Amino acid sequence: MTKDIHSARADFPILKQSVNDHPLVYLDNAATTQKPQVVIDALVDYYTRLNANIHRGNHSLAVQATEAYERARRKVAGYINAERNHEVIFTRGTTESINLLAYTYGEKFVQAGDEVIVTQLEHHSNYVPWQQMCLRRGATFRILPFNEHGELDLALFERMLNEKTRLVAVNHVSNSLGTVNPIEEIIRLAHAHEVPVLVDAAQSVQHIAHDVQSMDADFYVFSGHKMYGPMGIGIFYGKEKWLEALPPFLSGGEMIDSVTPEKVTFNVLPYKFEAGTPNVAQAIGLGVAVDYLKQFDPLELQKYEEDLLAYGLNLLSEIPDLIIYGSPSHRSGILPFNVNGIQHYDMGVLLDTMGIAVRTGQHCTQPIMDALHISGTVRASLALYNNREDLEKLADGVRRVIKMLKR
Amino acid sequence: MPGIQELQKDLSDDFALLANWEEKYEYLIEMGMDMPAMKPESKVDENLVKGCQSSVWFDVKCQDGILIFEADSDSLVVKGMVAMLHKLLNNQPAKEVLEAELSVFEELGLWRHISSQRSNGLTAMVAHLRAEAVDCLAKGG
Ligand SMILES: Cc1ncc(COP(=O)(O)O)c(C=O)c1O
Repeated sequence: MTKDIHSARADFPILKQSVNDHPLVYLDNAATTQKPQVVIDALVDYYTRLNANIHRGNHSLAVQATEAYERARRKVAGYINAERNHEVIFTRGTTESINLLAYTYGEKFVQAGDEVIVTQLEHHSNYVPWQQMCLRRGATFRILPFNEHGELDLALFERMLNEKTRLVAVNHVSNSLGTVNPIEEIIRLAHAHEVPVLVDAAQSVQHIAHDVQSMDADFYVFSGHKMYGPMGIGIFYGKEKWLEALPPFLSGGEMIDSVTPEKVTFNVLPYKFEAGTPNVAQAIGLGVAVDYLKQFDPLELQKYEEDLLAYGLNLLSEIPDLIIYGSPSHRSGILPFNVNGIQHYDMGVLLDTMGIAVRTGQHCTQPIMDALHISGTVRASLALYNNREDLEKLADGVRRVIKMLKR
Repeated sequence: MPGIQELQKDLSDDFALLANWEEKYEYLIEMGMDMPAMKPESKVDENLVKGCQSSVWFDVKCQDGILIFEADSDSLVVKGMVAMLHKLLNNQPAKEVLEAELSVFEELGLWRHISSQRSNGLTAMVAHLRAEAVDCLAKGG
């Protein structure tokens, strides 16, 4: 039996409150999603019943906490269909996962004159670490632009790939435009040149296909807090052959096998990449978030969210002077817009007075805003607990703001 | 010219008549629209106040120890805030500007909605005006 999506909202206690004397309409899910009660309970339960440092003690609590932590790893591995559990590394989040790869991969595999390809659709977290790594290594940082629809041009991408290309870093879904990139095709083209691909799945893993083996991703990264899990936990997935080949990122406790003054030998996967005491409670919470998500039929969930997005885009497009950015053939979760003559910032502040939470500004994607020649957008973003009423309230709110500001 | 405290009292009395956040913001935005327009030639980079998410310009002059300024913003909400500052601090002795306790923003709770931005625009604007007041006093006002 799968869970009915319409029942989801009741699982999220934060959504029951009023903000500025209005029932909260939470449409800032691309920034972070809210947490179901089961995830909140898991955190409390961990500290109430289970807390101990893992992998270190052989007393009962330590053993149980270790088991719970490793169970969470297996749940995540199952969710993304990793071939092996030890291909799943716990980090603090997407940003840390990308930095992990940029440092280790850069050190081992990137030389002066080599090239790294990112896209113009990337979040700064999947842009700056590569730009900086290229600067450190004397490599060329190449940027695949997007077209007038907000889509990547694969023919151009294919031409950019060459024998000097060492890595491609691309998101599956753009956090600013919602473009769903043709990730399987991108990976196929890169692999034809024997170039590995990092997939930034921060905005996709909770909404659309997330099978790392079927897309054949070499590296796949995301944040727990954007998929109904706790903050402070994220995932770095890598194919075993790559994880074996990469040097460690952080060093210290947990990640070593033996230490003498002269040398160390490193621990096996996944511990080689998990230096220090990890975020145990958050990892367990993420495992519970995965359990929560798995109650829904994935195709039904995707369809529900797609219908909701189409409904919202349609409502907004009926508003005079409103511009929706991008027109990709496949979009997920994001409604990016502005109203002519109204600052995105003013729109956000005034919607907030009506209890409607959206984000305004550049959304950590200055290259996108520069390409569109705008200073920012209003961004409404969806999660599984949103419904049509939320989007009707958004559209009404936008109309009211227009009335307030355009007299 | 009424003093800053008296003006603050008037403002909070005005806002007290408004029922909800939307009305308060509507009133604030109207204040911005009613503020005397800034000369376009004064909207230059050196008059831009850093630390605001939206652009804010202040053109401040000192005449006989009195602070006189024009201001504008590309955000209508921020412009409303600027208009409040203008109402309170324009044409006031620099000494008073420096000593004033601007409690009205806090009291009205208006700033709560927009101060979570990385840099607090109001703080930056007030700091800017205070710095100008210090210069004005130094000039022997
Ligand atoms: C596409 C994308 N990549 C990376 C990030 C960074 O995620 P985090 O801040 O959780 O590390 C985000 C979140 O804003 C994102 O949307």
